[in-house]
This record gives sequence, C-alpha cells and structure tokens, in this order.
Amino acid sequence: MKTIKAIIRPEKLEDVKAALEEKGYFPMTVTQVKGRGAQKGICLQYRGKQIVVDMIPKTEIEMVVGDDDVRPIIKTIRASARTGKFGDGKIFVSPIELVAAIRNDDEIVSE
Amino acid sequence: MVLDTGDTAFIIICTAMVMLMTPGVGLFYGGMVRSKNIISMIAMSFIAFAIVSIQWVTIGYSLSFGHDISGFIGGLDYIGLTGVGMEGEGIPDMLFMMFQLVFAGITLAILTSGIAERVKLSSFIVLGLLWTTLVYDPLAHWAWGGGWAGELGALDFAGGTVVHISSGFGALALAIVIGKRSGFGKYSMEAENITTTLLGGSLLWFGWFAFNAGSALAANGLAVNALVVTNISAASGAITWMGASWIKGKPSSLGLISGAVAGLVAITPACGFVGPMSAIIIGGFAGLLCYGALLFRVRKGLDESLDAWAIHGMGGLWGALATGIFASAAIGGVDGLIYGNTHQFLIQLIDASAAILYAFVMTFIIAKIVDKVMGLRVTEEEEYVGLDISQHGESTTA
Repeated sequence: MKTIKAIIRPEKLEDVKAALEEKGYFPMTVTQVKGRGAQKGICLQYRGKQIVVDMIPKTEIEMVVGDDDVRPIIKTIRASARTGKFGDGKIFVSPIELVAAIRNDDEIVSE
Repeated sequence: MVLDTGDTAFIIICTAMVMLMTPGVGLFYGGMVRSKNIISMIAMSFIAFAIVSIQWVTIGYSLSFGHDISGFIGGLDYIGLTGVGMEGEGIPDMLFMMFQLVFAGITLAILTSGIAERVKLSSFIVLGLLWTTLVYDPLAHWAWGGGWAGELGALDFAGGTVVHISSGFGALALAIVIGKRSGFGKYSMEAENITTTLLGGSLLWFGWFAFNAGSALAANGLAVNALVVTNISAASGAITWMGASWIKGKPSSLGLISGAVAGLVAITPACGFVGPMSAIIIGGFAGLLCYGALLFRVRKGLDESLDAWAIHGMGGLWGALATGIFASAAIGGVDGLIYGNTHQFLIQLIDASAAILYAFVMTFIIAKIVDKVMGLRVTEEEEYVGLDISQHGESTTA
C-alpha cells in the first residue's frame, strides 16, 4: 500500500477529479493548502516596486492505493493537472503500514 | 417656487440611501468572484464613488445639467458648482446636485462587472473618469438635463436608460475589449461568497426605494407610487428567476437575488408612470428575460463576468420599452401602448436604441484608447495570484 500526496493548482482540481473518476479511482482526501516551491513563490513587478507573493494557494489530494495503482494514478494526475509552467505542483509517494477502518474492525496490513 | 422642508428632508435621506447602493454593488459583485479578487471588487465600487464625486462637482454636473448645447451636452455654466445654490424648486439646487451625484457614482460601479478579476487598477481609474465624462454625463443630459431625449418625450423616471442601459451595454463593450479571464471556460469560476452577494443584494433592494421614490424629487403621491411598484417588481422578478432556475435544477439564492435586481432595474424607468398590477408583469418578465440573456451570454462564451449586460443592459432595455407599453395617464400623465398610445412606445424604442448604440460604441472606443496607452489588463501572473494581492497588497485569506 502506498499513499499518494499530490499538490496541484486549485483550479485544476475538477479536471483531476474527473480524470481519476474516469479511471475508477474514487477515494481521496482534499485539502486547501498554501506553499512555495523552488521558485520561492511569485515575484510581481508593480511600477518598479517588487511584490513577492511567497505562499501561493494550492490544493492537496491524498489517496491511499495499492502498489500497482501508483503509476497509473501519477500518469492520470500529470495528464490532467499539467500546464507546463512553474507552479504545476509535485506528487509524493510513500509507504503505508496499516489501514484501519473506523466503522468496523477491518484492517489491511501492508506486506 | 419656495423651498419645501418636507421635500428637502426626504431627498437628503434618499441621497444617503442611494449612496449605500454603491458599496452594495461592490458586495454583490465581490461575492461572485473568486476569493482572491473580492477586495478588488468591493474596492473598485468605493473608488468609482470617490472619483465620480470629484468629477461630478468639478465638471460632471455642469455637463449633465448646464444649459443645453444642441440637445447633446450641457454647457459649462455650473463648472465647479458655480451658481448652484440653496435656492431651488421645492428642494435646493445643491441638494439636487448631490442626489444626482450618487446616481453617477453607482453607474460606474455597475460597469466593473465587465472587467472583473483582470483589470489594472490605475487603468480603471482613468477609464472611469473618461467614461463618466463622455458616456454618463451626455446620457444624463439627454434624459434629464434638457437634451434631445427629454424634449422628444422619452420617459425615464429614475434612470433605466441613463444608469442601467449605459452601464450594462458599456460593460459588454469593456468585456470584449479586455478579453476573457484566463482559464474562462476551462475551469470553474463559480461564485465563492454567496452570503456576501446576498448582503449586497439586500443593500441594493433597500437603496432602490430611495433611488426610485426619490426621483419624484418630492415627498408626494408620485414618490409613493414609485416606492410601491419598485417593491412589487423586485419581488416578481425574484420569483420568476427562481422559478425558471428551479425548472432547470435547484432554485439558487444567487438566481433569486439576481431576479430581484432584474425586477428593480426594469421598474426604474417606469416607476413614476405605471401602476401596481403592471409592475407584477414588468418585474416578472424581467426575471425571465435577464435569466435568458445570462444563459445566452454563457452559451456565446462571452466573459461579461458578473452579468451587468444581462441584468442591467437587457433589464434596462425591457424597462424602457415596458414604460412605453404600460404607462398610464392616471399615474404619470402619459399613456402607453396598452392605452392605445403607439407613439410613446416608438419614442421609448428610439431613446433606448440610441442609448445602447452610444453607450456601446463610446465605451468600446474609450476602452481601446486606454488599452493602447496604458494597458487595461494586469499581467498573467498578477491575474493568477489575484487582484487583491497584486493591486492592493491585501488578502482575505492570509
């Protein structure tokens, strides 16, 4: 089991959601976040004065999936969230040890 | 005629109530944009009010209400308020000037619909001053200052043509010149703060009583007629728009308040000439027509972002024509089409068409010039982070 954390442009959320649904991936947790990447935010030139917007609104999608689904999901998110410009975001994948349901006692332990 | 203290007191109150409509427009629009532009939207209404206030007392009032020059524009006799004093017919001239100022202010605020979320603030200020001087002032003169439309007998009680047709069709021209918001049609730009829009809408409904009743310029029966039909038309428009959107899905509160504004716009020119039962029809049809215009605008892919054209432009056009249809001599001294007066309907048609043509073409030219000289739009990055941060250095989400 893996967790996929994708930080994307907020305006791309609907596109990404639709693309994932089309491939049959439904469960996700979505959070509105703020952050910056290697470009240190956006620097605006306004009348010679510089305004730095260092924390830019982003949307974070978190999904817990089987190992075999990681590649197809990354491909889908890339295809639906990419504009080709700086600020498109990143995807982080990390292992999951245990998934425990709350409604009942179901548990899935990663091999 | 001597001053009437009752009338004077009434118009002072009305002036203050109409002023509240300008931030009302700001809140109404502010709730419909994405959160990163809400400060910009509300601020632009205040800025519109501030710059028009100064424009009006220096040259605007004179261009609108100075001695007539070939039916088109007023002379410079009242420049800097020279000769505008505390005497007058019923109310002091100075109060009439102030009451007219708040109308000019809100009109420019309505215009911001067409440039929402992408206009450069400095360019808006220049554009706004030019627009009020070259579009609003002549139109106010045509209708109320002794210009050709008033002489012809065109009826515009409280500004359906002067305020709403001008700003509605002006906003359409602006939207065409400035271009679509980046991402328009590609991803959702739904209203993000509907409660703010509803608050703005309630200030508009409240202020509109003074806008229309105050246009009688006296605390009399005509003012009461205007007050009554204004409320009827707003209610009727709210119900039909909500009903139409209910058929297509859920009855949205945004539709309800838009319908109320559509009804208010449509009754504006008519409120001193039509009776209560006509107002039900005028407002009700306005709700349907403006909703249809909005759907048409979306289908055509036009980014007249907050629908000043659909609601104020088309609602204003319908209101001008409806005045020619439903006017009753028993109320305002003139009969309309339903009482057999075809002539009045034709006058309304000519007046509205001339205003549409003039407002659209002049706005288009002014916008093109400002765009060439200083650029109407912000850069792509400034638009992306939002006008709150890029134009004002402020944010509601920090």
